[in-house]
Amino acid sequence: MIPTSYYLALSVILFAIGVAGVLLRRNAIILFMAIELMLNSANLVFVAYSRQFGALDGQILVFFVMTVAAAEVAVGLALIVTIFRSKASIDVDDISMLKG
Amino acid sequence: MIIPDLNLVATLPLLFLSAWACVLLIVGLWISKDRTHVSGWLTCLGLIVTIVLVVSAPEVSQEAFGGMLAIDGFSNLLHLLFLGSGLLVTLLSLNYLKQHDIERSEFYPLLLFSVVGMMSMAMAKDLIVVFLSLELLSIPLYVLAGLARTRTGSQESALKYFLLGAFASAFQVYGIALVYGATQSTSLASITASIAVHGSTPLLLSGIGLVLVGFCFKVGAVPFHMWTPDVYEGAPSIVTTFMSVGAKAAGFAALVRVFFEGFELVAVEWAPLMAIFAILSTIVGNITAISQKSIKRLLAYSSIAHAGYLFVAIVAGGQGDFSDFAASAVVFYLFAYACANIGAWAIVIALEKTDDIGTAIGDFAGLARSNPGLGVAMTIFVLSLTGLPPTMGFVAKFYVFRAAVNVGYTWLVIASVATVLISAYYYLRIIVLMWMKDGNEIDSSPVPLNFVVVLAAVTTLLFGVLPGPVMGLLEKSIQGIF
Amino acid sequence: MFELVPFILLFPVLGLLTNLVFGRYLGERFVGIIASGAVAASFIVSVIQVFALVNNNFHVETVLVADWITIGKMYLPWQIRVDTLSVTMMVLVTGVGTLIHIYAVGYMHGDKRFARFFVYLNLFVVMMLVLVAADNYLMLFVGWEGVGICSYLLIGFWYDKGDDNLGNARAGRKAFVVNRIGDFGFLIAMFMIFGAVGSLQFDAVLYYFENHGMEVGQLATTITLLLLVGAAGKSAQIPLFVWLPDAMAGPTPVSALIHAATMVTAGIYMMVRSAPIYAIAPSSQMTVALLGAGTALMAGTIALAQWDIKRVLAYSTISQLGFMVAAVGLGAHVAAMFHLITHAFFKALLFLSAGSVIHGVEHGAHKSDDHCDPQDMRNMGGLKDKMKITFGVYVVGAIALAGIFPLSGFWSKDEILADAWHVGMVEGHWHGMTVYILLALAAVITAFYMTRQIILVFFGSSRSAAANHAAENPPTMTVPLIGLAILSIVGGGINLPWSHTLGSWLEHTHHFFHGIDFNLTVALTSTALAVASIFVGFIVYYRRPLESSTAPDPLMSVLGPSLKFFYNKWYIDELYGTTFVRLYEWKARFLAFKVDRDFWHDFVHNQIILKSFKNVSGTLSGPVDRLGINKFFDGLAYSVHNIAVKVLRPVQTGYVRNYALGVMLGVVMVLGIMLIR
Repeated sequence: MIPTSYYLALSVILFAIGVAGVLLRRNAIILFMAIELMLNSANLVFVAYSRQFGALDGQILVFFVMTVAAAEVAVGLALIVTIFRSKASIDVDDISMLKG
Repeated sequence: MIIPDLNLVATLPLLFLSAWACVLLIVGLWISKDRTHVSGWLTCLGLIVTIVLVVSAPEVSQEAFGGMLAIDGFSNLLHLLFLGSGLLVTLLSLNYLKQHDIERSEFYPLLLFSVVGMMSMAMAKDLIVVFLSLELLSIPLYVLAGLARTRTGSQESALKYFLLGAFASAFQVYGIALVYGATQSTSLASITASIAVHGSTPLLLSGIGLVLVGFCFKVGAVPFHMWTPDVYEGAPSIVTTFMSVGAKAAGFAALVRVFFEGFELVAVEWAPLMAIFAILSTIVGNITAISQKSIKRLLAYSSIAHAGYLFVAIVAGGQGDFSDFAASAVVFYLFAYACANIGAWAIVIALEKTDDIGTAIGDFAGLARSNPGLGVAMTIFVLSLTGLPPTMGFVAKFYVFRAAVNVGYTWLVIASVATVLISAYYYLRIIVLMWMKDGNEIDSSPVPLNFVVVLAAVTTLLFGVLPGPVMGLLEKSIQGIF
Repeated sequence: MFELVPFILLFPVLGLLTNLVFGRYLGERFVGIIASGAVAASFIVSVIQVFALVNNNFHVETVLVADWITIGKMYLPWQIRVDTLSVTMMVLVTGVGTLIHIYAVGYMHGDKRFARFFVYLNLFVVMMLVLVAADNYLMLFVGWEGVGICSYLLIGFWYDKGDDNLGNARAGRKAFVVNRIGDFGFLIAMFMIFGAVGSLQFDAVLYYFENHGMEVGQLATTITLLLLVGAAGKSAQIPLFVWLPDAMAGPTPVSALIHAATMVTAGIYMMVRSAPIYAIAPSSQMTVALLGAGTALMAGTIALAQWDIKRVLAYSTISQLGFMVAAVGLGAHVAAMFHLITHAFFKALLFLSAGSVIHGVEHGAHKSDDHCDPQDMRNMGGLKDKMKITFGVYVVGAIALAGIFPLSGFWSKDEILADAWHVGMVEGHWHGMTVYILLALAAVITAFYMTRQIILVFFGSSRSAAANHAAENPPTMTVPLIGLAILSIVGGGINLPWSHTLGSWLEHTHHFFHGIDFNLTVALTSTALAVASIFVGFIVYYRRPLESSTAPDPLMSVLGPSLKFFYNKWYIDELYGTTFVRLYEWKARFLAFKVDRDFWHDFVHNQIILKSFKNVSGTLSGPVDRLGINKFFDGLAYSVHNIAVKVLRPVQTGYVRNYALGVMLGVVMVLGIMLIR
């Protein structure tokens, strides 16, 4: 059986990629995908530990996280669409009117 | 598998309000656009019924949904705070939405869903419930922030809030996952039990740290605060009012329960961190506020500073009797902050005309002369936010500082008091403007707004003069929970 | 039913708040209805309390309203005590209060401060109820001071009238200052009680003194004498009675309610309440009895010679209060309370009727354009036919006061005399007999001056145009008068000698409150004396009526200079003026001009302190402050602002990704602190 630490390492890598994506990319959709990646890396941790403990609850938690992520997607895409309509751009650096 | 004890009766207020919100969402389809205020009044009705349900609940601590939700004095008090601020915001929005031409019937159900999220946040005894409630309260707020979808400011604030909020939740979920890995559970009781056996491990501590990040983001603590001014400025004022009070209170409610109850055994590890947040938030919040020109941004930075003062009390968590006192102090502070802040925002709303006109600090000039009622009220709110007697804000700061002194964080209290002095600079400037400068005449404010202002001002003064009964009630209700 | 008792206080509070806020807009009718209705509602609740007590087998009940002071072992709640004594007072205060409120609606008609008057009057009722409902000395004191301030406000209600346009204001001040002297005694007594007992709750205090008996006799004597000082101030006894006659400057309903029926009896109530302390201090009791009896006689003699219709009644009030105080001193608490109640009825009646007379004469003065003093009895006469109702009720009040069988005054006064007789003859104490003789003499004088007043006011012919044009008043004024007249007639029924209703009712508050058996000798003697006195009065005044408003008193030829002595109130005011007031003013002047201005201000302050201070501050403000400290703080403020503008605001770039970076940095910080330690 593959040790849990392998899964953990993979999840950390995925999480780091997600964070890097948020920090480095400028496209709102990509940013959004990076955040989803971070959430899924957390899911991976849940599932991995769930398997190690031989308990189901960790896997059930994943469903909650996925549901919430779906809800976020719905709202997030709607917001991005609205902004695209008025600005014809989804570059997050263009959305910087409020500052200071 | 045993079917868990749901204990639905105990969660009746929560269930009722959720159902009411759903019904309102559907009913809203039949309410024509120029009659949105009907939805508003229905919302008020729902909130009042829920308040009655909360008040009439038996005074015993119970659990529901198999121990995932707690119904006790702490949650009931905070429910009153959430429902009360929801009610006041609804009253304010009756005129605001019309004036700013954003009358949408979905505003009210979204508000109610957010209130439901806040309520379950205060009850959460399981990390996954914390996460779910946090999202339940946040997602409607993302939408509400973008309510004025034709205004770029509103769009921008919604997107910023959403992206950063989701970013921070991702950290929190990861933290929950790590805590799960370290303790085999997400329930606060089991976590405590597990920590008692295994002690603290790096895995656990990282998890706790990341969970804390989620809360800090929600309450706007430095350095997770940067969204706050932009979102508060861009969102419709009415939404800002609601999120500056409700979301912050809900964040602290869950923070207190999770850290005072679940992670209390490793308090030595996280307490210094809280002190750092306190220091950073009070300094950065207050200093940056000095240079603001928009009242909305000023209040945003002020709210960051207030989060800092709340953290001053949080350091006393996990210390037996002292943590009960600290929790009472936090709740009292939240009530004081809620009253003063809703009042102040109500006056901002009264001055605000359309898109960003009337939101500069200079627009307060001469208010006390052109509209003495609002002027006096604003003076009371500003004094309370500064923490001067005879207002509730003074008593609240006193309790919060005492909580920290109780556990030996005297240096923290001294530093915080120093930042209070800085804050006096920009708060008192508003008073000076109102009373000693000449300014424009303003239109008379609508009746519901006046009602909210008077209610908030009277409460702020009354419990500033007579804090004893309230604090007694708080200590009695919270006794022995943490 | 006891839960209802806070409403007794709440109703007048609501009434006064309503009139305070909306009084200006409501108009007289509504202001009057609200104020009277509030007191009437309290009256109903008080009556309910009577039944509640009966149901409760007369057991005392306390109702906690709120915690007030908790410091160490000192626990003082806002707690209402419902026992037979306090309920008696509550019913009396609200009952008489209601009638007087209704009367005042008519009396104050057209006054420009109409609403304010009723605010004060309701406030007074609240405070009086706090006083009688108190469960501890401090709460009693709150009411005590509260009624004092109301009295002050109402005496000076027409503050712009009186001598030099200041007379009424001065009268208010005098009342206040004299009362403060009494309060001083009361306060010291309270401190001593707390020092000895460690509590101010009645139960605790009275239990302590009842159970420690003679071993604390010395202490009890001191405390009771100090309490007597307090009572002498509030209930206008020697030597502090001087304020009450001047208090007649207030509107007549005030004189009736505050300065006759209720507030001035607070001293008696307080002493009755403290009866167990007095019980173990016989020498204090004796002092109280003699003081009361002395006051009764002395005030009676003064009343004999006054021309002002209200002043006669004022001195009569002092005299009757003397009766009550004497009764308390004799241990005749039931008789004291009995007389307190009947006196409230007939003295309120007399004052209100006097008000009615004054109102009528003023009315006549307006009509006939004859602006004589409407309160001077020399300007009256012959009003019997012009004000029939007033005349009728006045006579009832006068007979009741004179103590003629079977009106209320007869029963209560007789009980006091019987008690004095009992203490003197049966128990054989010398002071009992002294008190009896003094009081009997006072009773004779009472009958005489009331006869004098009735004849001067109502009989003979009108001695001024104003009196000639006087007319009867509207029903809002006469109906309460009739109500009070009925009470004055039948009021004795509450404690007839063969039933002792009041005695057995009050017995539940303190076991040693007893009525005394009827004493035929005493009753016959006093009645005979009163009748004789009335007869003499008739001979003196009716047979030779006053011819004009400047004619001398016919009594002058009999009493001569001593009447002048009485007329000038035994020169007490002058005595106080030369001894205390002038001495005090001299001391004040000395302190103000010599010590404070010449020495302290001109020399010490200006020469020594100010000069050196100027030198030092010149140095400090110049080089040190302006160049040093101010620069520093300016710089500090500037740099704080600079931090905000140059460092903190630019960080807030508006770019989401930068904010995310901020979050990330925060995460790194958190994890760093959590893990690396």
